[in-house]
Parts: sequence; C-alpha cells; structure tokens
Amino acid sequence: MNDQVYFDEMLGTEGTVRRPYQPFNTWFEGEDPKHLRAKQREAEDLFRLTGITFNVYGRAEAEERLIPFDIIPRIISGREWQKLSRGIEQRVRAINAFLYDIYHGQEIVKAGRLPEQMITRNDAFLPEMIGTRPPGGVYTHIVGIDLVRTGPEEFYVLEDNARTPSGVSYMLENRETMLQMFPELFSRNRVQPVSTYPGDLYNSLAACAPEGLGRKPTVGLLTPGIFNSAYFEHSFLADEMGVELVEGHDLRVEDGRLCMRTTLGYKPIDVLYRRVDDDFLDPLTFNPDSTLGVPGIMDVYRAGNLTIANAPGTGIADDKAIYSYMPEIVEFYTGERPLLENVPTWRCSDKESLAYVLDNLKELVVKEVHGSGGYGMLIGPTATKKELAEFRKKLEARPGNYIAQPTLSLSTVPIFTKSGLAPRHVDLRPFVLVSPKGINITPGGLTRVALKKGSLVVNSSQGGGTKDTWVLED
Amino acid sequence: MNLTIRHITRYRFEEPVNFGLQQLRKTPKSRHSQNVLRWDTSVAGGQQSLSYTDHHQNTVDLIEIDRGAQELVITCEGEVHLDDNHGVVGRHLGPAPLWLYRRVTPQTKAGQGVRALVRGVSGDTELDRAHALMAAVAEAVAYEVGTSESDWTAEEALSAGRGVCQDHSHVFIACAREMGLPARYVSGYLMLDHTTEQDAMHAWAEAHLPGLGWVGFDCSNCISPDQRYVRVATGMDYHDAAPVRGTRQGGALEALDVEIEVAQQ
Amino acid sequence: MLGKTANGLFWMYRALERAENTARLIETGQRIALTRMGASDEEWRSVLQTAGTLDGYIADHEKVTKDAAIDWLLRSRDNPSSVLCCVEQARMNARTVRTALTGEVWEAMNGTYMRVKEVLARKVSERDLPQVLGMIRQRTGLVRGATHGTMLRNDIYDFARIGTFLERADNTARIIDVKYYVLLPSVTAVGTSIDNVQWETILRSVSGQGGYRMEYGASSEPRDIAQFLILNRRMPRSLSFCAHKLRDNLGFLGSDYGERAPSFAKIDHIDRAYLSLDIDAVFDYGLHEFIQKMLLLLGDLGRQIEVDYRFYE
Repeated sequence: MNDQVYFDEMLGTEGTVRRPYQPFNTWFEGEDPKHLRAKQREAEDLFRLTGITFNVYGRAEAEERLIPFDIIPRIISGREWQKLSRGIEQRVRAINAFLYDIYHGQEIVKAGRLPEQMITRNDAFLPEMIGTRPPGGVYTHIVGIDLVRTGPEEFYVLEDNARTPSGVSYMLENRETMLQMFPELFSRNRVQPVSTYPGDLYNSLAACAPEGLGRKPTVGLLTPGIFNSAYFEHSFLADEMGVELVEGHDLRVEDGRLCMRTTLGYKPIDVLYRRVDDDFLDPLTFNPDSTLGVPGIMDVYRAGNLTIANAPGTGIADDKAIYSYMPEIVEFYTGERPLLENVPTWRCSDKESLAYVLDNLKELVVKEVHGSGGYGMLIGPTATKKELAEFRKKLEARPGNYIAQPTLSLSTVPIFTKSGLAPRHVDLRPFVLVSPKGINITPGGLTRVALKKGSLVVNSSQGGGTKDTWVLED
Repeated sequence: MNLTIRHITRYRFEEPVNFGLQQLRKTPKSRHSQNVLRWDTSVAGGQQSLSYTDHHQNTVDLIEIDRGAQELVITCEGEVHLDDNHGVVGRHLGPAPLWLYRRVTPQTKAGQGVRALVRGVSGDTELDRAHALMAAVAEAVAYEVGTSESDWTAEEALSAGRGVCQDHSHVFIACAREMGLPARYVSGYLMLDHTTEQDAMHAWAEAHLPGLGWVGFDCSNCISPDQRYVRVATGMDYHDAAPVRGTRQGGALEALDVEIEVAQQ
Repeated sequence: MLGKTANGLFWMYRALERAENTARLIETGQRIALTRMGASDEEWRSVLQTAGTLDGYIADHEKVTKDAAIDWLLRSRDNPSSVLCCVEQARMNARTVRTALTGEVWEAMNGTYMRVKEVLARKVSERDLPQVLGMIRQRTGLVRGATHGTMLRNDIYDFARIGTFLERADNTARIIDVKYYVLLPSVTAVGTSIDNVQWETILRSVSGQGGYRMEYGASSEPRDIAQFLILNRRMPRSLSFCAHKLRDNLGFLGSDYGERAPSFAKIDHIDRAYLSLDIDAVFDYGLHEFIQKMLLLLGDLGRQIEVDYRFYE
C-alpha cells in the first residue's frame, strides 16, 4: 500500500507547497533544524510540567503519559473551513432533531427512513428519556465531529461524538504552546483564535439552564475523579470556565435540586457538564453499583430542575450503526442534501453486505458498532493472516456487531522528525457547542496524527499524537 | 364502584439516617375505567421534594428522608372510581413506543422453562392464547407466600414451581414477549372479598392484543382484572414499576411495617 | 468552595510542610552523626520518634541503623510520612484542587513532584544526601513562595495556611515531646556537653540556631530554648507563632463566611489559655504535660476544622 499516492495537505500530490502553507514554509526553511529539535523537547517539558497528561486505563497513578505533540501546525484555509463548518452545523442540527424525535414521536421510524431495530436493539437508547424534554431543547451541548480528508475538496465524516467528546483541552494547550514557542509565526499568519472556547462553553451551558431560575445559573463539571484518563481536561475546563469541578461524592439531591457540598453547606447546581457515562450517572435509576454518580439526579432532571450536558441517552446518535444512516437523518430533519459526506459503510447485519465484507476483508476497515478508541478494530491492509482469520470468525459469529468501511486514502500532514519533515496521516475533530442561542464551532479543532509511518490509527491510546490546527483568515 | 384505599408504610431505623431518598410510584392512574377521585400522599420523617411523570405515565414522587430521622412513615390515601371493563385497558398511549414492551429485561428473560411453557399454549386468537397462557402460568407456578425471593427471575420462579403475584407476572410477561406480544407489569391494589386489611400490594400483567389494546391478566387469581383492581404503576418488570426504590446512608433498617386497607365505599 | 477542595488544600499544604520537616530532621540527624564523637545509631531512634514513624519503622526493621532510618524517612513506600510519600500526597491533592490553585503554584508543585520522584527513585548515597535534602527544602520553599506571590488572599489561601501551620505546630510539639527531658531545669548535668548536643539538635530541627542567637545570645539555656520554641512570637516555627497564624486564618474564614466556626473558639482557647503564659508557668504546669496537652488540642482542632468546613460528608 505504500506506493499509493496520498494527498499531502502541505505539498498536495505534486510536491509544490499549497497556498495556506506558503508563509509557514518560508519560515520553516529559514530555521535551523537543531533549534527546532530543541523546541520540540521544550514543548514536551512544558506539557509535562503543566500536567497535560492522560492516565492509562487500568494502571496506577504512576502511569500518566504525555500525548506526543508535533510542532508542525496543520493549516486550513478560511475558505475550506467555511465550507466545512456549514456541513458540521447542518449535521449537528440534524443530530439534535434526531434525538428529540427518537425520544418522542419517532417519526423517522414511522416514515420508514430508519429501521425500527436500529432503535429497539440499541443499548444506547435510554427508555428513561422518552417524553423528557431537556431544558432549552438541547440534547448535545458539546459535539465532536471526526473528519478525514482525502483530497483538496474531499472531506468525510468518520464518526460523530455525541456523548462526551474529549480532546478540546489539547486543542487549547497546543495553541498556547505554539504561541509561547513561535510567537513570530503568528505575526506572519493570521490564525483564527481558539482561546474563546472556554468562555463560549460556559455561555452555551448557562444558556441551557432550567427556565425560571431567577438568578445566574450555577454550572458544575462532573468528573469521575483524578484517576480518569481525561482528568486533566476536566480540571482544565473547570478552571478555565471558573466553575466547580465536582465528583459524585460532592453531590446529593436536596430540596428537589442537585446540590454540592461546599464549606458553607449544600448549594444548588443548575447545569451539570458531566464527563461520566450515562450508566454511572444515577445508581437509583441506572447501574445500582455506581459510585461515580448521584442517586436521584435523574429524578431532579426529569422534574426539570437540572440541565445535564450532554443529555442522557445521546449515545444513540453516535452509534456506528446509526452512523450509516446519517445521510438519511440529515435529509429527513433538515430537508437538505447533506453537505458533509459519510464514509461509505457496509452494515454487516445485512447478509449481502456481510458477504461482500468477508470477500474483501483485506481491503476494508472493520469496526465494532459500539466500540471506541480504536480498540476491537481490524485494518485489513495491514492485518496479519492470523488477525484476518480471527476477525473473520468474529464477523461470522456476530455480524450485527460490526460495520465495515473502505480504507480511505487519508490525507497526510508533515511531522517534524530527526531527518526533517515526513508525511503522516491525520484526522480532525472540530468541537461544536449547541445552545438555544445557536451553534458555535471553534475554528480548527484537534488534529490527531498517526506518528508511525504508514499507520492510519490516530488514537492517543494507540500511539497517536496531536498538532496545533490553524484556520487562517483569508 | 368506589374504593377507598389507605396505605401506610412505616420504616424504623436502628440508627439515625444520614441521607436517604425514596422514589415512589404509588399514585393510581386515571384512565379508562379507572378515575382517581382524590389521592393524597403524606410523609412523616421526610419531605416530598419533587414529582414528575415517567415514560410509563407513572406519577413518581421523590421523598428525601430527614437527616437524623429514625422513623419514616408514608401514608397514601384516596378514593378511586372503577368500572368493570373485563380487564381491557385499551389503546396504547405514549409516550413510550409499543415496541418497548417487547424488550426483554433481566427479570423477564426467556430460558428453557419459558420456552417450554410457550410451546404448550394454544388457541385460535391472540386473546385465547393469552388466556391459555394465564392458566398455564398459574398451573406451573403455585401461589405460595414467603417462599420466593424478590429478585427472582421468571426462569427461577418457573424452576422453583412456586412464587407470589410478582413471579406470576414475570413469567407471564416473559412468555408473552416470547410469543411476540408486548407485555408489561402492573402494580396495584385488589379489593378482597372477606377482609379490608392487607399487608401487601398486588401485581399482575398486561399484554397488548390486536383490536383490544392492553388487557390485564392476573395469573394469581386466574382472571382478567375487574372493578376490584386499581392500577397504580406500570413498567417493564417489577424493578421498573416498583412502588418504592430507595437508597440510604446510615440507618440500617430495623423494622418495616405495611398496613393496607382497601374497602368498598 | 467545595468541602472537598478545602480538604484537598489543607492536606496538600500539610503534606508539603511534613516533607520539609522530615528533610530537616534527617539533616539534623546526619549532622549529629558526623560531628559528634561516639554518636550512636540510637540518635536515629529519636529522629524516627520525632517524625512520628518509629513504630512503623520497628515493625519493618530488626534494628535501628543510620542507613535504614534515612531510607525509611526519605523514600519508603511503607512509611506514609516519608518525603516521597508526602510529596506524592501533596501533588495528588494539588491535582484534586487544581482549579483552586494558580498555574504557578501548580507548576511549582508538579515540578517538585517530578524532581523528587526522580531523585528518590533510587537509594540516596551518603555523598548525595546533603544535596538531595537541600533540593527538597528548596523545592517545597518554591511552592510556598509561589503560593505567597500569586494566590488571592481568600478562603483558598486560608485553608492552605491552616494546613501548613497545623502541621508545623504539630511537628514542633513532637520535637519538644521527644526531647523534653533535656530542657528540664536539672540540678545535675547542666551545661554538660551531652546537653549541648541535644540542645543543638533541637534548634537545628527547626532551623532555629541563628534566630535563637539573635534573640538570646550565644549561650544555650534550656529555659530559653523552651521559651523560644513554645512562646516566642517572632520565631516562625514556635507553637505560639503557629497558633497565631491559625487563629488569624480561621478568623479570616469567619469574616469571609459571615460566621465564626467552633474551630475558631478552639484555637482562641489554645492561644489564650496556653500560649499566652510565661515560660515559668509552662514549667510549673509540667513541660511534658504541657506538650502532651498541646498535641491533644491540636489534634482536636484539626478534627473540628474538618467538621466545620465539611471536608467529608
């Protein structure tokens, strides 16, 4: 597969520097590689000192790791971004309309546009949300849309993250780091700022507070605790927003409201940005063994006294099987053709598709419907014979558990290596905020990069790194 | 016919309660042949802090137990007008979609026992088959108070061959869903002929039948509910429709005392 | 502020103060061992006792040796009061209360943790010991400095200070508790070289030799040392100084929150009834009894603060 030609976002396919990268390239060529290597190390020290780490699941506290940071920015032109953001906005609007419909009339099922089993057999569907209208009518306050690129004009949505998308702190810290290390780059390029995100997030959450409070809403951020892999991000966002970072044991239901234990007694919280999964949210309603949540929180929520962001049950919208219906979903709720394309997807639950997938396993990427983080996934072209055989068995045993997609020729962006620039595959996760006031997309997002040569897996848990992502003012 | 109901639940705790919540589903529904004329829930040793309607159209009240309480008394009292409708509750109203009641829950999961029971059920119409199922369940599981556990599944009750109304309902629901019928659990009150005093609520099942909508089946008495039956809460299974779900910190339970009076007005 | 945050701040600074004090105790022990003829490993027994970890040490070791004692105090995972454990605990608490700290304090804390963890990853040789101990004092001082220089004077700061001074008072009281007998006015052995060693040990453990000389001159008198450590209001590690700071910060919390908590009444009582005496009254009370009483009252104060400010549910 290495003789395949990939679209490089800096050099195109012809090897000439593309326009958005030209000022950067001029700068880069005037720099001493030794100096840049020192900067790269400096960046890592900075990250370590700031504590921008993630905990590896199932290991002790000692295992805090850095997500490798690459100093070469990924640059997107203003025009490209405009086009993308229109598509993202349309998609996010459709996702919210879909969630409202699924938990109310299920018109899309009645209209025959989505098979009923997609909902009835879906574990992410929360019956407790049926008939509940979240405050402000918003389900997904924060969405991350994973995009990949295959050519100058070709973008695809790889995945929607409608539960608790993470990574936004890396987007912000990557920019801070670049600003500190290479201030001169930002006077040569007009890069749209991302630093407004925490303020936007706060305003967006506050705008979704339960109605009739008669006071400024109190926002809190619920974390599973300091051993959670994304704890850094939780504390970072709480800090930047100026809100309390709470854990389940700081909270209880009092006087029909969610309250936090302060040094002056229990005080109400009106909007809870939770980074705890649905199942753990309320031992009284869901998993009775959970110690991460708050008993009775769902009762407070269903009585309309609390906003939970994202709303419980939003996982139904980012399920990989639902993903394959996103074009229909967008059309059904917006009445428009989708502006952003889906990656063509075979649902293995379908007999003919399964047969195709089994016949072409070596060319395809196979994913678990409910999996995340690059686990439980097969990448046909790089898999060994043994892996292929094992996956074939899995597919035959539980076809409904898998979808398959072609291996896309993911675009590359250079990273800085010992021997200079080298192309590596990337994806992009822009972050979207939804409130009754509108949809807000921070220009750029998190670029994840597969650091291993030829690798297509960008997940941090599988050796991926990140880059600062620039959207230029054209 | 009008029934008056008085239901007192008294909890005594060994030590003072530090923190406690109770989710109640104890308010009868006003629908079809059942009309709640008045209903009142009062709490001593706690406060009713909020109320909402859940996805099965149950009224849910949240009770917060007072800090330091050593006793909690919940009194529900009211009057309900009932007409005999031969167990027919009628058309499915939302918000939960009908298909939800085809979903299997841990307590209503079909195994060998359920499937064997279903195989023995015959009849010309769905209604006939549902009645036959009721009889089959009653025969397979003897009604015996105090011999089953409250967390038993349908299969466990079947293999034990005994149980109470909760077990009967779970077995019926598991079988009905296995037969392709939407089915649900009902908790409620039943007026008894010989006495007004009781020590537990009753439970039965409902299946959704073509042309009729929801129809009740009380396997414990082998009849479809009549005007002596008061529907309180519905759900996928006992857990979903339970009159009380609670959580407590501190205050180990010392004694639980239930007094129920159901009388014809 | 969350009760959990108050708790985290309190323990972060308590652990940091303890790490520093333990480093200072090791320094003193080492100094005595090197400069006194015939100093025995027994001296380390009292160092361990002062650090409050003698029982734990004995449960883990056959006998007291200098090497084992230093390793236990510096880096043992089985000793929750070892420098390494304290710094780890401080940093873990800092992560929990990250949103209450300034970036500079957090970075100082995280940097301290990274450095200490690296240096204490292996056994520290005798040659490297002075440097390592110096680094620990400097690093903890850095966190304190960042705290002074960048944090708002609000309830966050108050809890940080309360943790610091409660630990410090406790530490000074333990130093006196272990060596109280050498400070008793005794008819024999006054001014003998043995006592001189002991007095120096005491002053060194609180970095107080210079301060003592400024206040009392060059000659060491047990009565003066006791006065210095217990009642001197200028000495930043004396019981009286610490109690004053605790009273100040609990007082600030009271005015911030619009209500004085029971813990304020407790520190006020400690200050008035015990630390406003003169040193003769302390000796009349009985030095040992006095210190025992102090330790008891400080423990009780700590528990009251936890309750007053809802550290736990």
